[in-house]
Amino acid sequence: MTERSSLMIGCAAGFSGDRTDAALPVVRELIARGQASVLIFETLAERTLALAQLARRGNPDLGYEPLLDELLTPVLALCLAHRIRIVSNFGAANPLGAARRIRALAKELGLRRPRIAVVHGDDVSGLQHRALLERSLGRAMPCEPLVSANAYIGAAPIAEALVAGADIVVCGRVADPSLVLGPALAHFGWRPDDWTRLARATMAGHLLECGAQVCGGYFADPGYKDVAGLASLGYPIAEIDDSGDCTISKPEGSGGRIDERTVKEQLLYELHDPAAYLTPDVVADITTARVRQIGPDRVRLEGVSGHPRPPTLKVNACFETGWFAEGEISYAGARAVARARLAAQVLQERLADAGPLRVDLIGVTSVLGDDSSRWLDGPLDEGVRDVRLRVALQQRDRAQAERLVREVTALYCCGPAGGGGVRTAIRPRLGMVSCLVPRDAVSVGHAMVDELRQETQP
Amino acid sequence: MNTSQQTVPLYRLAHSRTGDKGNRSNISVIAWHPALWDLLVEQVTEAAVARHFAARQPSAVRRYLLPQLHAMNFVLDDVLDGGVNDSLNLDSHGKALSFLMLDLPVAVPDALRTHLVGGP
Repeated sequence: MTERSSLMIGCAAGFSGDRTDAALPVVRELIARGQASVLIFETLAERTLALAQLARRGNPDLGYEPLLDELLTPVLALCLAHRIRIVSNFGAANPLGAARRIRALAKELGLRRPRIAVVHGDDVSGLQHRALLERSLGRAMPCEPLVSANAYIGAAPIAEALVAGADIVVCGRVADPSLVLGPALAHFGWRPDDWTRLARATMAGHLLECGAQVCGGYFADPGYKDVAGLASLGYPIAEIDDSGDCTISKPEGSGGRIDERTVKEQLLYELHDPAAYLTPDVVADITTARVRQIGPDRVRLEGVSGHPRPPTLKVNACFETGWFAEGEISYAGARAVARARLAAQVLQERLADAGPLRVDLIGVTSVLGDDSSRWLDGPLDEGVRDVRLRVALQQRDRAQAERLVREVTALYCCGPAGGGGVRTAIRPRLGMVSCLVPRDAVSVGHAMVDELRQETQP
Repeated sequence: MNTSQQTVPLYRLAHSRTGDKGNRSNISVIAWHPALWDLLVEQVTEAAVARHFAARQPSAVRRYLLPQLHAMNFVLDDVLDGGVNDSLNLDSHGKALSFLMLDLPVAVPDALRTHLVGGP
């Protein structure tokens, strides 16, 4: 019996807004290694989809990853020429729109027409799903207008699209590790209930899903955790074998580092119970896992266990919850802290009826306090000679939120002495709630873009 | 037995990264050296971490041990002022909380001092 050769999966983005020059070195490395390869881009954080829905409302052709062109242009020709398939959630709120844009991009670049598949089923914001949401959210269902509701769907439709011959698979909300498990399922042909292998490839996906975070990105702490070449970080490649275990590496000559420490930090990232990492595909258990350096910038993850997938899917729903306003002003020199504190008191008095005001003194405490700003009542380091007062509040009503902007600006003439550098911002606020829905309430699948087009032309 | 010891910040024994989901923060604590593992298990407890994060008022602190990796995972509930969409914090993800964790004091016996990282 012949075992299928390893599958190489490179990851060239870990969030929307990641470096757009990451993909080319990964693709060149995949070509040099000469094995079956897939390139993924992970571009959807919890809130990204709601922002994409808002963009689509403004223009029905938009709502996919805004940097789509920048991400794909450097590598599309190479990927098509070398049969490196591309799998991504960069479809966001409009996977079909993204697919059409990619087809147009390929034409502009003079390339052959790619076979593009679109994964559907994650979007449950439509009226036909409203009763399901209300049932599942119960009393958590907000009364504000709904912006987005998406189920975290799994790897199966990605695998089916690849088996059907797609060069590029465009998804909206799929669970991040499913971007890796889907290609692994298609390549190895594992049974959908082979929980051990599914869990192992899922954790390979978990290591890749934040891009450079497994290769020395978000790791450096000078003198304690030094990382060379942060400005030219290599993005990760997982070499997955038929057991599901994987080896993490990065492009030859790239910056960053991969060792047991970088891999352990990423393995535990955004994890809760390590014995039960829930995904739509499998429940992974890393309490049995081993992490082992097997060469320079090469680390192996082995021994992850798996249990049957949950009967439910997670849904995130975003709502328009009002307006967020913030303002800042700096005080420097003698008694800077006392003057900033006085300015804060003035704002608290002027905005007393506009809801709780968060106060930070950047230079003393900018992020470790909480929204109650209780820490301000305690002793402060009055010796700090350069501080920036920051205030923030949230309001349903835009006019109320705008009062903060005006009051911070008015400190120029009405506040303590020597305040300078006022900056203010106001933006719409999105609230998010989560729930679980029965798996069979969400119907998922894929479609090739060309076939879709024919369907819409009677 | 009377052995001497010194109290040092956790960052000399371990490294850490924070993740977030909703209003919940997870903070890993990973030993620099396997020899330090037992000491971490003994002192970096749920109670010690709850005390250390008292200002953020966690409603629950849970610790999960991964002895094979010499790592532990802390899950702190309700420390993010509602989470990324509701918090007024500049760091609405609570990304900086790993470095608050790393300031937690740990008493280290002399015999283990050679395994400490950094410091005097």
